[in-house]
Amino acid sequence: MYAQMIKSTGEGVKSLDEMDPQERAFQERINANDKIEPKDWMPDGYRKNLIRQIGQHAHSEIVGQLPEGNWITRAPTLERKAILLAKVQDEAGHGLYLYCAAETLGVSRDQMTRDLLSGKMKYSSIFNYPTLTWADMGAVGWLVDGAAIMNQVPLQRTSYGPYARAMVRICKEESFHQRQGYDIMMKMANGTEAQRKMAQDALNRFWGPSLMMFGPSDENSVHSAQSMAWKIKMNSNDELRQKFVDQTVPQAEYLGLTVPDDTLRWNEERGHYDFAQPDWDEFFDVLKGNGPCNTERLEARNKAWDEGRWVREGLLAHAAKKRAAAAQVAAE
Amino acid sequence: MTQPQFEFLTRLGDNTLVLGHRVSEWCGHAPVLEEDIALANTALDLIGQTQLWLGLAGEVEGKGRDADTLAFHRDVWDFRSLLLVEQPNGDFGQTMMRQFLFDAWHSNYLAQLMDSSDSRIAAIAEKSTKEVTYHLERSSDTVIGLGDGTEESHVRMQKALDRLWPFVGEMFVSDEVDAAMVAEGIAPDPASLRGEFDTLVNNVLTAATLTRPQDDFAHKGGKTGGRHTEHLGHMLTQMQWLQRAYPDASW
Repeated sequence: MYAQMIKSTGEGVKSLDEMDPQERAFQERINANDKIEPKDWMPDGYRKNLIRQIGQHAHSEIVGQLPEGNWITRAPTLERKAILLAKVQDEAGHGLYLYCAAETLGVSRDQMTRDLLSGKMKYSSIFNYPTLTWADMGAVGWLVDGAAIMNQVPLQRTSYGPYARAMVRICKEESFHQRQGYDIMMKMANGTEAQRKMAQDALNRFWGPSLMMFGPSDENSVHSAQSMAWKIKMNSNDELRQKFVDQTVPQAEYLGLTVPDDTLRWNEERGHYDFAQPDWDEFFDVLKGNGPCNTERLEARNKAWDEGRWVREGLLAHAAKKRAAAAQVAAE
Repeated sequence: MTQPQFEFLTRLGDNTLVLGHRVSEWCGHAPVLEEDIALANTALDLIGQTQLWLGLAGEVEGKGRDADTLAFHRDVWDFRSLLLVEQPNGDFGQTMMRQFLFDAWHSNYLAQLMDSSDSRIAAIAEKSTKEVTYHLERSSDTVIGLGDGTEESHVRMQKALDRLWPFVGEMFVSDEVDAAMVAEGIAPDPASLRGEFDTLVNNVLTAATLTRPQDDFAHKGGKTGGRHTEHLGHMLTQMQWLQRAYPDASW
């Protein structure tokens, strides 16, 4: 997931009869679950929306390295350190596939990176929260990756071929991440008093922000309706949030932890849990740049980019020299 | 001397542990995404090798200490890592130069260990060699690319080489632990590996248009644990903090 508040063209969804023949043929392919490939014709809005959505997802993977990277040097065992390293490496890899998928739509990775660093393009709000104890590594895997999977599994069927294929690979790895996160939570929840306290505290801090990952209710949003018609969004935000709560509450109970929501109860009639909405004012504050870590996250990425400039330039210069030398040899 | 084989194995395991830790400090901060992936991958390989070397060290010692106990519950004076690997990351050039100098020694050392008379050591060396061959390929390419890149990258790489060169010699100092390993056919004499190291390093430095420092003065004290640099203690305060702060916990 990691795509929130993606605005598509606000015109509302056209019926097939209102479309010109090219657009109609395109929509009919989507309706028939055909995959759209990079060289196929596509409406501008579809292209722009996908760039924003895939780009935001890619940026989230990149920024998402930071809260977990925060604990790699303090991981409590060699095994945990290795697993966390593998996970952060996977995330950078996901960023790479997703940037490649976005590049097939005619935008360069450098351009998207510049837009991330300037704050023009966003990443998921969840990565603006700090990771304060080792239990947070469990909570991030269990809740954050768990929420991400809810959205990403259906996206394996999304209409844009490169995006769908990237998502297949990403989903496999994400489900491993979620399992290892839950494994950390089990160890913590069944550990010493201090560990149980860390586990409960992590759940308290990450529950609301995890629910926010799905974005505000979009039942009446024309943007979402268009994205759903194009099959670049497969479910409504509320639908996915409910699914996440239904899946996660029994897992919390199994851990012996308390979900920080006094209103939470099973609704027999609906066959779902009733739960409280997260603090949406906080969500919009985070989007505006006022989350606990927005400044640090962007500073860290800008610093890495600025301080890495000489490296990128050096390697490019060397590659150019090698090409020139090879051309010289070929000419002789 | 007690248990030379234990000493020998902690040297191997502490090198990979300390360097793995250093490299992992880069996570999320590399100059380009591909480097983030490669650095995490290198750190992961090194931590994996640490589990094997320190696991075997604990087994050989026979006092019930496992790899985690050795990694997280020894203090600075018990660490047997080379001074080179505990050097701070510096800029990306210094990190990659440190990696290259270590890989150039490590890959050859592991290749020799594959013929160890101890089959457990030979097996770990064989597994590690596959990973370290790739580390060397990558670090050589990066040293060449940046040495022979722009003027700025060249200057930075030469500075990194000059800064790290005094830590090269320690890799080839032989002591009584090495002598005991040589006598049992377990490991090669480090001093015997200098020639091949020099050839490899000279070739790469030439391609990188870098100048090998004239002075071969070598700082010592890492592999014997006699005198580490000030940096190692700070690293351990971070690495070992959770284990030390919550000694009753299992993770």
